[in-house]
Amino acid sequence: MSLIDEKDQVRTEEMLLNLGPQHPSTHGVLRLLVKINGETITDVEPVIGYLHRGTEKLAEDLQYTQIIPYTDRLDYLAAMLNNYALCHTIEQAMDLEVPERAEYLRVIVMEMQRVASHLMFIGAYLLDLGAMSPFLYVFADREQIVQLFNEICGARLTYNYMRVGGVKWDAPPGWLEKVADFVQYLKQKFHMYDELITGNEIFLARTRGIGRFDTETALAYGLSGINLRSTGYPWDLRRKKPYSIYDRFDFDIPVGQNGDCFDRYYLHLLEIKESLRIVEQALKSIPSSGPVLGKVPKMIRVPAGEYYSGIEGARGELGFYIVSEGKDKPYRLKIRKPSFINLQLLPELLRGQSIANVIAILGAVDIVLGEVDA
Amino acid sequence: MWDWRSQPLTVPSVIAMLIGAVVILLLALGVVTYTIYVQRRILGWMQLRIGPNRVGPLGLFQTIADVLKLLIKEDVVPAKADRALFMLAPIIAFVPSFTVMAVIPFSAHNVFTANLGIGVLFYLALSAITIHGVMLAGWASNNKYALIGGMRSAAQMLSYEIPLGLSLVGVVLMAGSLNLNDIVLAQQHAGLWNVIPQILGFIVFLIASTAELNRTPFDLPEAESELVAGYHVEYTGFRFAFFMLTEYMYLFAMAGLCATLFLGGWSGPLLPGWLWFAIKVFLYIFFQFWLQATLPRFRVDQLMTFSWKVLLPLALVNLVLTGVVKAIW
Repeated sequence: MSLIDEKDQVRTEEMLLNLGPQHPSTHGVLRLLVKINGETITDVEPVIGYLHRGTEKLAEDLQYTQIIPYTDRLDYLAAMLNNYALCHTIEQAMDLEVPERAEYLRVIVMEMQRVASHLMFIGAYLLDLGAMSPFLYVFADREQIVQLFNEICGARLTYNYMRVGGVKWDAPPGWLEKVADFVQYLKQKFHMYDELITGNEIFLARTRGIGRFDTETALAYGLSGINLRSTGYPWDLRRKKPYSIYDRFDFDIPVGQNGDCFDRYYLHLLEIKESLRIVEQALKSIPSSGPVLGKVPKMIRVPAGEYYSGIEGARGELGFYIVSEGKDKPYRLKIRKPSFINLQLLPELLRGQSIANVIAILGAVDIVLGEVDA
Repeated sequence: MWDWRSQPLTVPSVIAMLIGAVVILLLALGVVTYTIYVQRRILGWMQLRIGPNRVGPLGLFQTIADVLKLLIKEDVVPAKADRALFMLAPIIAFVPSFTVMAVIPFSAHNVFTANLGIGVLFYLALSAITIHGVMLAGWASNNKYALIGGMRSAAQMLSYEIPLGLSLVGVVLMAGSLNLNDIVLAQQHAGLWNVIPQILGFIVFLIASTAELNRTPFDLPEAESELVAGYHVEYTGFRFAFFMLTEYMYLFAMAGLCATLFLGGWSGPLLPGWLWFAIKVFLYIFFQFWLQATLPRFRVDQLMTFSWKVLLPLALVNLVLTGVVKAIW
C-alpha cells in the first residue's frame, strides 16, 4: 500500500482556454480552443470561418474579370499575387499571349508585393513576441511599397490591377525609377533589421528549436512555401514549375536547416533579399514601351474542361482550379489556399508544448485569416 | 527648519505630517503624469512616429485627459467576480507603492522624508505587499487570462525580489547603514558613487528591478500578445487607473532607489540637490523606455531560469566579494 492515498493527491483539472477570435495575436479572427493541463497543452482545436464570405460560391455567378477584385480580399497582404494566380490560370486555359511589358510589370509588382507581405510578417511576428518597434519600422518601409502601388493602380490594399491577358494600367512616367530607388533604399535597411532582430539573444532564445517539424511531416500535411522550405526542402514553384518570365532571372531559393520558428523568420528576411534581386533585374530588362494588355476576346470564355495552375504565393502554393462549361462564368472555382493548408499542422505542432510557446509557434506558421476563411 | 518628524504626536505635528503626505502624493502624481507623457513621446520618437501632440501645447495635457476619461468611465464588476476582493485588490496594490516614497531622500534637506534607520528594508518589505494586490486581482476577476497573468506576476516578482534584495546588501555593506540618507552621505564622503565599486551589484539591480517593475523584456504578467492584458484584464475605469498608477509610481520609486543607492542620490557638484536627484531619476526612467522600444519579451520559464541560475549566483558573488574587500580594508 502506498503511503499517499489516491484521494489525498492534489487534484488537477484540465483547463479549457479560449484563444480568440478577438485575441490580439491570432492575426484576425482565428479561434483556438486550447486544452491545458498545468502549463502543458494537451489538445488544440482551431475554429475557423469567422471571416467566411463564400468567395468560391460567389465566383460561380461572376464573369471571369469580375472575380479578380474578389481575389484581392483573400490574402489581403498579397493581393497582387492573388490577382496573378487567377489571371494566370485563365490565360493558361485560354492559351493567351501576354505582352512582354505586361509580364515585366507583373513580375515587378508581384515581387514587391512579396517583399511587403514578408515585411509585414516580420513586424507582426516580433509584435507577437513582445517587441513593438520592428512592427512600426516595417510599416514605414511597407508604406513606400503601398504608395508605389497606389501610383500604379490607385489602390493601397485591394489593387485589382491585373487583367486576363495583361495588366490594367501601364506604369506612370518615373514610376520605374522610383521602384529602383526603393530597392536601393531597402537593401541598405537590411542591415538594421538583421542587427535589431536576428542579433537579439532574447529573440533567438524564444524561436530557436521551437515549433520544429521535419520534411516528411511537412510533405504529409501538404505544406508549401516557407513552412516547407524551412525544413530544408528547396521547393519553390518559381523554379520548379516556372511560370511568367521567372526563368529569365537569376535568384536563389533560401532553405532552412532545422524547420524551427527561427528558420521560418530568417527565410522571410532572406526571401526579401531575393525578391529585391528579381525586381532589380526586371527593371534592367523591361521593354521601354509596348502594350500592357494582350489581344483578349471581348467576352472571356474559358473552353470547357478543368484547369489548375499554381504559383508561388507569399505563403505557399496558391492555386486556382477552374471547372468550366465553356460559358463566361466558371461552373466551379476552387482555390488552393496556402494559409488554410498550412494551418492544418498547428494542432500537431502545439500538442505537448508549453502554453508560453503558443503565440511564437502560431505567429511563425504565418496565416492570413482572409485566406483561411475565404 | 522645524523638524516635524521628531515631534511627539500632537495636533500640529499630525497636521504637518498630513500636509507632508499630501505634498508628496501630489508631487508623485505630477511626476507619474508626465512620466507617461514622456514615455509616449520617447517611444514615438524611437518608433518613427510623433506621439501625443493634440491635447494642449505639444500634447502636454494628454495624460490628464486620459485620467479624466478613466474617471468618468463606467465601473464594471464582472458578475461572477469575487466582489469584495475585486474592489480591494487595486487598493492593496497601490497603497504600498505610495508608502515607499516616504523613505526616498529627494534632496539634501530631505524635506518630507522619513529618516528611517531601516530604509532599504522598509522599501523591500512594503513593495512585496503589492504582489498580493496583483495576485488577488487575478484571482478575484474570475477570468482565466487574469488568473494566469496574476500567477505569473506573483512567481516573477517573488523570484526577482531575492536577487534584487541581495544586490542591495552590497551597497548596505559599503555604507554600513540601512538608512538611505546615510548611504547617500557615505557616497558623498567617499567621493565615489557606488556604481563603480558595486558595478556587479548595479547590473544585477538594473535587471532585477526591471523585472520587479514588470517592464520589457520582463513584461510577461501583462503580455498583451499572449494574455491580452494579464491580471487587470477585467478592470475598467478608475480601478484600472489604480493599477497603472501603481506601476508608474513604482517606476518612479525604483528610479529614486537606483539613484540613491548607486548614483549618489542628491549629491553632485554645482546644481542643487533636488535637480541632481531629478536628473538621475530621469536617466533610469529613460533607460526603461529605451529597453521597451528595443527588446522582445522573455518566455516565462526562461525568465525563472534566468533569475535563479544567473542573477542569484551573481548577486551572491557580489555579496561575498564586497564582504571580503570590506574585511581586508
